[in-house]
Amino acid sequence: MEQERKLRILIAKPGLDGHDRGARVIARAFRDAGFEVIYTGCHQTPEQIVSTAIQEDVDMIGLSILSGAHTYSFPRVIELLKMNQAEDITVIGGGIFPLEDIPRLKETGIKEIFEPGAKLHDITTWVKENVKPRKAITG
Amino acid sequence: MAKGMFTESALERMEKEYRDWLEEYNGALKKMPERLQRFSTVSDLEIKPLYTPLDIKDKDFSEEIGFPGMYPFTRGVQSTMYRARLWTMRMFAGLGTAEDTNKRFHYLIEHGETGLSTAFDFPTLMGYDTDSPLARGECGKCGVAIDTIDDMQRLFARINLEDVTTSMTINPPASIIWAMYIANAENEGFNRKKLGGTIQNDCLKEFIAQKTLMLPPEPSLRLVVDTVEYGTREVPRWNTISISGYHIREAGSTAVQELAFTVYDGITYVEESIKRGLDVDDFAGRLSFFWNSHIDFFEEIAKMRAGRRMWARIMKDRFKAKNPRSMLMRFHTQTAGCSLTAQEPYNNIIRTTTEALAAILGGTQSLHTNSLDEVYMIPSEEAVLIALRTQQILAEEVGVTHVIDPLAGSYFVEALTDKMEEEAMAYIHKLDEMGGMVAAIERDYPQMEIADAAFHFQEQVDKGEKVIIGVNKFPSGKPDLEFVLKIDDEIERMQVERTNRFKEERDKDRFARAMDELRRRCEGPPCWENNVMPALIDAVRAGATEQECCDLYREVFGTYTDPGTF
Repeated sequence: MEQERKLRILIAKPGLDGHDRGARVIARAFRDAGFEVIYTGCHQTPEQIVSTAIQEDVDMIGLSILSGAHTYSFPRVIELLKMNQAEDITVIGGGIFPLEDIPRLKETGIKEIFEPGAKLHDITTWVKENVKPRKAITG
Repeated sequence: MAKGMFTESALERMEKEYRDWLEEYNGALKKMPERLQRFSTVSDLEIKPLYTPLDIKDKDFSEEIGFPGMYPFTRGVQSTMYRARLWTMRMFAGLGTAEDTNKRFHYLIEHGETGLSTAFDFPTLMGYDTDSPLARGECGKCGVAIDTIDDMQRLFARINLEDVTTSMTINPPASIIWAMYIANAENEGFNRKKLGGTIQNDCLKEFIAQKTLMLPPEPSLRLVVDTVEYGTREVPRWNTISISGYHIREAGSTAVQELAFTVYDGITYVEESIKRGLDVDDFAGRLSFFWNSHIDFFEEIAKMRAGRRMWARIMKDRFKAKNPRSMLMRFHTQTAGCSLTAQEPYNNIIRTTTEALAAILGGTQSLHTNSLDEVYMIPSEEAVLIALRTQQILAEEVGVTHVIDPLAGSYFVEALTDKMEEEAMAYIHKLDEMGGMVAAIERDYPQMEIADAAFHFQEQVDKGEKVIIGVNKFPSGKPDLEFVLKIDDEIERMQVERTNRFKEERDKDRFARAMDELRRRCEGPPCWENNVMPALIDAVRAGATEQECCDLYREVFGTYTDPGTF
């Protein structure tokens, strides 16, 4: 039986804020959990993030933002994934969000939002349980 | 004979008594063990149960502790400290449009704030005007949007800029924003020689921690030195760099790393300015520092005391400064944003109070106290007032300002101060060996040291080894605040229109000539004749926007993008 390949995860920082502590910590935690991790670095547009996700053939995108611009960038990432027929890439988010924004972000297609205080182990467990490698693109 | 403050016979007696006490202590622990397996600071520096004169037995009072306002300045930069003048209460403020922020400035001044501090929004910090596609969704969110000199005028309307000092947290575009500030102040009738304030202008810590990235390190340093040179000649009351540990700490560093990397950044700026041909005693007195006051009370006090002593020694021994003012580590402090919690946010008032007290006992010159809702957003008026009142109560009710450096002589605080200096100096030697900070940044060294510390701390929190009340101990799951400030998305459209109209109405020839001169200076070798500041002042007066000047910088000097290592 063919072994299931490792999950490939893109950690991405949309927007112009440089608060990358959380992004870098979670990237390490995912790597330690046995996933393949790519980190975009700061200051990425939704267009750049989606293009990297497709090029790198990732199974999940983790968006980290603390600037308050999530109301624009998160739905935009989802929209661009759909436009590229890549909506099967799971998208999760982390950072600082006013409480009332969270249901709205989930409605747009963000699978899960992890707020401050979430434990690294809980986040990696969630990923193991909820994200499966995408079907190989043939042809 | 012992060289320290204690006689040999006294020390001998203490050593015996210490052994006796330790025996008692260990005996008592057999009945009831210590609460923790290991006691350590928030930076994970191990702390003993008791400190005695034995921990500082070799200390030379005059050489290492001394008197306030006197070398090595361990006890404070002024002889009088808070007996004569309190620190400047300087609340970091910026939200929405320039008018919104101006209103907040006036509100804070009315309630007793004594200095201004400006928070810019992310597009402004990164050198983009509000109409840039990269600025979508960010306008006014984490600070104020400043695109033009007209925005600057609205920002400081009805404020006497010769009376108040203004701090501006701006880094890669610092020269441009400062030019707008100077030009606007002069337009309003103020004398540039009398303007007081600070631009953060600390490009090195951007690569290390804050990640407001624009140009590569070398041209970034050139622009910093241009501002140092210009300030020295033309704006003598201005602090041209605020050498900042704050962001290094927020990115997850330890207290020692914050101290070491920041002091080394300072060393680099001094070296670069001397290379330009400036005399150390002409400019060093206008360098200022910016510390984070984190949650571990004594560690922060020790860090600030150690910082003053280190800087004085470095300026005297390494750079041969002669003027005592060149040796002063004057600093602003902000309580630690990263110590605040989104859960049970009212607890943040207690955290901030403790951190502010540490900053005061550490001898700060200026202080921002975080608001309880600052973990979510720019603070609301209600929350910012509590934060300002926190400083005022500490200043005037609790009596901690009556005595200068009241913790001097504490065996623990002195020993911890020594430890901070010793460990930070070890980093400084290492950075010297690496060939300096730019070389170290290129090797990702400070960045990875900080990432290691941040990850280690998160693991400790997850395991419960480091306690955060309301988060990993006694979590109540209570919902968050009701009065979180909202910035209207509509202001983005309004600001874009305003900036576009401004560009249409300017004198196109005058603007083009000013930009040509700026380009000529940027392309030329760094020297006073090619200093960008006079050209920038002309350019912003001629209607250049922040982004237009930054685009020119990016074109001439190249850009730098985050390597994205973890």
